[in-house]
Amino acid sequence: MAQSETSLSARLPSALKDAAIAAFISLALFAFIVGIRTVDDPGKLLLEPRPWLLAGFVGAVFFGRLFLNLFFWSGAHTSEALTSALAPVGQIFERISPWLTPALVVFAITLPFLPFTDRYILDVAIMVMTYIMLGWGLNVVVGLAGLLDLGYVAFYAVGAYSYALVATHFGLSFWVALPLAGLLAALWGIILGFPVLRLRGDYLAIVTLAFGEIIRIVLINWYSLTNGPDGISRIPRPTFFGLELTRRGEPSFHEFFGIPYSPLNRIIFLFYIILVLALITNFVTNRLRRLPLGRAWEALREDEIACRSLGINTRNTKLSAFAIGAMFGGFAGSFFATRQGFISPESFTFIESAIILAIVVLGGMGSQIGVVVASIVMIGGFELFRELEHYRMLMFGLAMVLIMIWRPRGLITSREPSVFLKEKKAVSGELVQEGKG
Amino acid sequence: MTAPWEKDPILRVRHLTMRFGGLVAIDNLSFDVGRNDITALIGPNGAGKTTVFNCLTGFYKPTEGMIRMTHADGNEFLLERLDDHVIARQARVARTFQNIRLFGGMTVLENLMVAQHNPLVHASRFAIAGLFGLAGFKRAEREAVERSKHWLEKIDLVDRADDPAADLPYGAQRRLEIARAMCMQPVILCLDEPAAGLNPRESDQLNTLLLDIRKEEQIAILLIEHDMSVVMEISDHIAVLDYGIKISDGTPDFVRSDPHVIAAYLGVEDEEVA
Amino acid sequence: MEYFVQQLINGLTLGAIYGLIAIGYTMVYGIIGMINFAHGDIFMVGAFIALIMFIALLSIGLTFVPLALLIVLLVSMAFTAVWGWTVERVAYRPLRESFRLAPLITAIGMSIVLQNFVQIAQGARVKPLQPLITGGFTVMEKDGFVVNLSYMQILIIVLTVVLMCIFTLIISRTSLGRAQRACEQDRVMAALSGVNVDRTISLTFIMGAALAAVAGVMYLLYYGVIDFYIGFIAGIKAFTAAVLGGIGSLPGAMLGGMIIGLIEVFWSAYFTIEYKDVAAFSMLALVLIFLPSGLLGRPEVEKV
Repeated sequence: MAQSETSLSARLPSALKDAAIAAFISLALFAFIVGIRTVDDPGKLLLEPRPWLLAGFVGAVFFGRLFLNLFFWSGAHTSEALTSALAPVGQIFERISPWLTPALVVFAITLPFLPFTDRYILDVAIMVMTYIMLGWGLNVVVGLAGLLDLGYVAFYAVGAYSYALVATHFGLSFWVALPLAGLLAALWGIILGFPVLRLRGDYLAIVTLAFGEIIRIVLINWYSLTNGPDGISRIPRPTFFGLELTRRGEPSFHEFFGIPYSPLNRIIFLFYIILVLALITNFVTNRLRRLPLGRAWEALREDEIACRSLGINTRNTKLSAFAIGAMFGGFAGSFFATRQGFISPESFTFIESAIILAIVVLGGMGSQIGVVVASIVMIGGFELFRELEHYRMLMFGLAMVLIMIWRPRGLITSREPSVFLKEKKAVSGELVQEGKG
Repeated sequence: MTAPWEKDPILRVRHLTMRFGGLVAIDNLSFDVGRNDITALIGPNGAGKTTVFNCLTGFYKPTEGMIRMTHADGNEFLLERLDDHVIARQARVARTFQNIRLFGGMTVLENLMVAQHNPLVHASRFAIAGLFGLAGFKRAEREAVERSKHWLEKIDLVDRADDPAADLPYGAQRRLEIARAMCMQPVILCLDEPAAGLNPRESDQLNTLLLDIRKEEQIAILLIEHDMSVVMEISDHIAVLDYGIKISDGTPDFVRSDPHVIAAYLGVEDEEVA
Repeated sequence: MEYFVQQLINGLTLGAIYGLIAIGYTMVYGIIGMINFAHGDIFMVGAFIALIMFIALLSIGLTFVPLALLIVLLVSMAFTAVWGWTVERVAYRPLRESFRLAPLITAIGMSIVLQNFVQIAQGARVKPLQPLITGGFTVMEKDGFVVNLSYMQILIIVLTVVLMCIFTLIISRTSLGRAQRACEQDRVMAALSGVNVDRTISLTFIMGAALAAVAGVMYLLYYGVIDFYIGFIAGIKAFTAAVLGGIGSLPGAMLGGMIIGLIEVFWSAYFTIEYKDVAAFSMLALVLIFLPSGLLGRPEVEKV
């Protein structure tokens, strides 16, 4: 900053010029979209000019740019300046990440009993945990195997509908249906993956996106099975070893344990279910990473041709990653169904896939703790703006852009080796490939 | 007179032809690879040597021809019919690449462990036993680490075992790629220009390593090489390719004095041979 | 037969709109190898600018449709191009030499931003526009079934073909086109040979956005209603069209657009309208499985 102060007056003209250009561009950008609003009038549309709002936008761009030019960017590019300004935060992340895991686990376990915890916080926590689990599931596919999947929500939907259907039609309990839903989702992963996994890169991305949309459209239109856009309601709640967590359950949890009834009990119970499911996901994934299968996933991400020369059946290896990722998505889907008690195709749109992928990439591909941090920031953080639904999504989108420009490889970039001879040294994210599949 | 490598060859290539559209990369090529020989495939740039490798290892399906591999126990494989990973796994053909293909973001040790994927997957009962940490898998994993360590000692990289492969200097990466191929316990090792980019000292070490591999592992080595000091010094048998056609085939001494070779190839680089 | 001809006309009209959007995808993918996820939303912004401009012109009493249309087209193309340029400058350029997934995520982020920004600024309601271009020819008539070719459809198809020819000429004949093709092949080499890579990429985005704006105007006139969400589905279908035709190929994008438009219309006409998107997406999957480089794309040879 010191050097920018000395030459402040010298740089003022160029800074003014730059700000003026930016203001002019923003005028062009916002002239129609912000400057004139379409107003509904019976039969036709009217226009309502909003010059002051437009002036506000343009002014904000002008002064914002001027301010940044004078005090932050000494001629450097936007991204470089942003990167260098925020670099220490990233380093702190890297440094505290080994301590973060145990601290977060302890925090999660004790959360329901902390003094400030109320129903709202628990609901948010359940949602964040669901996304953590989905992120961990997708991390297997995208982060480890390097396969870009833009239709992950399909498996989430398969899991949710599988549970909802077997529970409402055959009366299967959550605990019986859960593995079934996971297996069905895995099966769908294999069915969808089989024809397309030899596609590379963005082609795979667009086909998985198409599959996600196909499944959603089928859910909307297969009225006799899925009840269409109206969705499935009255999905049974999970029980605690047969004990129901309702006021009049037969038998009921609070009577069995002789504690007063509280609707919070069920929320706490749901929180622990998703916590356990997520921890199982994490455990299995971490374990798999150290097994030949997981190592083959990462090798596939690094260099597929070398894998083939080493006798690895790349198709089966990709399918296994796809199926296991799908299975975790299916588990999370059943949990979602039992928690909401109601599901409809609206919950499984592309934007969900995009959010989950964003969590994986923002967290740092392949990093389990990165997914946690990204979920807390992106899901928990934006939950604060709940009342301002559209502004929330706007901020969400902006955050995605800014975080990516700041740290293109995500928050936690280093990779932990799966096996070591003498000492475990983290591999710098710069060396890790991102996969072409 | 039959040459020694024709008596009990591990690999018998017959009438191999590979066309890409109108381009004939290999034209009716036949040669044998002796069971415990170091066989060199040489020829000017664009002669089709790497294409031969890609056909052998299943990356390309040859347009015509047969590649018959006979293991010492009598098992036969027709490589032109098999998929690349099956060739590596069952026929036990290992290869390296002209432009090194290591798993750069994984450590040196991990690279060697990936090469032992198939036995380990088997031992982990397709990840199930591994997930629960059963004893059988743990033993297999220990053996795999031991084998990796053995090869790391051979290539003098034990100290760098836990460093990312992409951090190694170039020569070490070349050696690591050979070690990785050897961890597959192949019966034939195909090396695509292993000495490219090495300095004379590293080139010498490579010769020693290859001779040592042949002696101790009793396997066949097939190599593509431009560095004549490597080829002439260690090969038992040389096949020369030019524009996809075999122009000479014999011992180093024979090839060295073959007028076809001198005309097509060695004429350019005779000072290296001499 | 008559029904078939009518559907053919409708399909080609819809396909022309998809094709115009698809060109933007295919050019951007060709030059920097990324899916510009926000491109569908650029199309939506173009449609909104056109809507506002139309109403403004009508309210000041300019009712001569050809002139109004010309003004709207030019204004919409110009202002949408600024959006296209800005998106590239802000969200993609800083990540150009970076990790491959990073620009994809910023693109998805920009798509979310554009959708929600327009929703906040203009409201979530569907916006109607009174029909401006009405009437048409009767192509054939039999047993009381009339095959219509409306002036609107003629306009869309003719304009698309003209633009298509102009852009193909730009790509194949001008120095800009040469610079674009050079950047596609090898950006570093292009820069070393004196091509201004930043400028070329910016111009590609500007051209793509301008074409998307034309598609936006056409969509607005053809359907008569727009909302902030039209960009998503149209965008995905247009990308499908680009992939189908062979990514990087301009005629391919147009061909792909036409095929997607025809599949959609014929599927709706002869089977079920609900599953028309499924038909289009399944087509994409099938083509990619059996013809991975698309219909007119260059096959990719795997280098070992």
